[in-house]
Amino acid sequence: MNIIRKLAFEEMRADLPEFRPGDTVRVHVKIRESAEKERIQVFEGVVISRKGSGLSETFTVRKISYGVGVERIFPVHSPRIERIELVEEGRHNRAKLYYLRGLRGKAVRHKVRRRTTR
Amino acid sequence: MANITGLMGHKIGMTQVFQEDGKRVPVTVLEVGPCTVVQKKTAEKDGYNAIQLGFHPKPFKKTNNPMKGHFKRAGLQEGYRHLREVSVDDPDQFSLGDVLTLKDVDVKQLVDIVGISKGRGFAGTVKRHGFSRGPMAHGSKHHRAVGSAGMSAYPARVIKGKKMPGRLGGTRHTSKNCLVIDMRPEENLLLVKGGVPGAINQMVFVRFK
Repeated sequence: MNIIRKLAFEEMRADLPEFRPGDTVRVHVKIRESAEKERIQVFEGVVISRKGSGLSETFTVRKISYGVGVERIFPVHSPRIERIELVEEGRHNRAKLYYLRGLRGKAVRHKVRRRTTR
Repeated sequence: MANITGLMGHKIGMTQVFQEDGKRVPVTVLEVGPCTVVQKKTAEKDGYNAIQLGFHPKPFKKTNNPMKGHFKRAGLQEGYRHLREVSVDDPDQFSLGDVLTLKDVDVKQLVDIVGISKGRGFAGTVKRHGFSRGPMAHGSKHHRAVGSAGMSAYPARVIKGKKMPGRLGGTRHTSKNCLVIDMRPEENLLLVKGGVPGAINQMVFVRFK
């Protein structure tokens, strides 16, 4: 088992900030357009879940784009993630914020926003 | 050193590896080698050319006397849990007691992995042959049963080879053309894509192409 741990540890990234469900993050994703062209796309939204553990951990980011809810699931340790910016720390009342899908507009912000800023 | 067609190893377990494009690849980690040359088989004496390799050392204290004699004849100080022959063109390129590792092997992109699959015991047709099962509810009493074994008055017997429940697993299986994802000869590690037959810590034989 130790060998597996060691291999997984090598693949894991230590350069990412700590973030939890409820936080608003800006994920900078590398997008390959052609063989040599690469650009960075930013996906900003609320983290609604972190799933799995270790190398296979993923997180889900939800945002409202032109009135349509969009969710993207990223592997936490994916090499395609340039960096993750922590925009705002959120209130964190449960581990999975799937109930945000049923809310719109301000209600989401009310739920997610932190009462006291650090 | 001359080309060796295979080495013994252990299945360590599974994990995943990220590719350049962010795709996750499931990999099985194998600890391959080191294997020791225990015996040489020559065409003059045995009718074919091969070397016998030993893997996973065990002390003489745990070796029975006939096997101890076999290992001592090779001038070894310890016994091995697994022995297997590997055919070579010229056994004299090797000497008894030589230790072979991944460093001595020219590993190509693909390898075959031979192992003993996990024993499933006496398994029904759904698990063993992939039969469909019946409805589990709505008054059905046909859940995972075999179903019909054949026709009626003609042929009035069950046709040979009819798939039925029985022992599943615990037999030798070969995963052919496993893609080698990574290789670390210093740590005796080989990472191949996907699963390989057998349980964790079980011996597997890696055949190089």
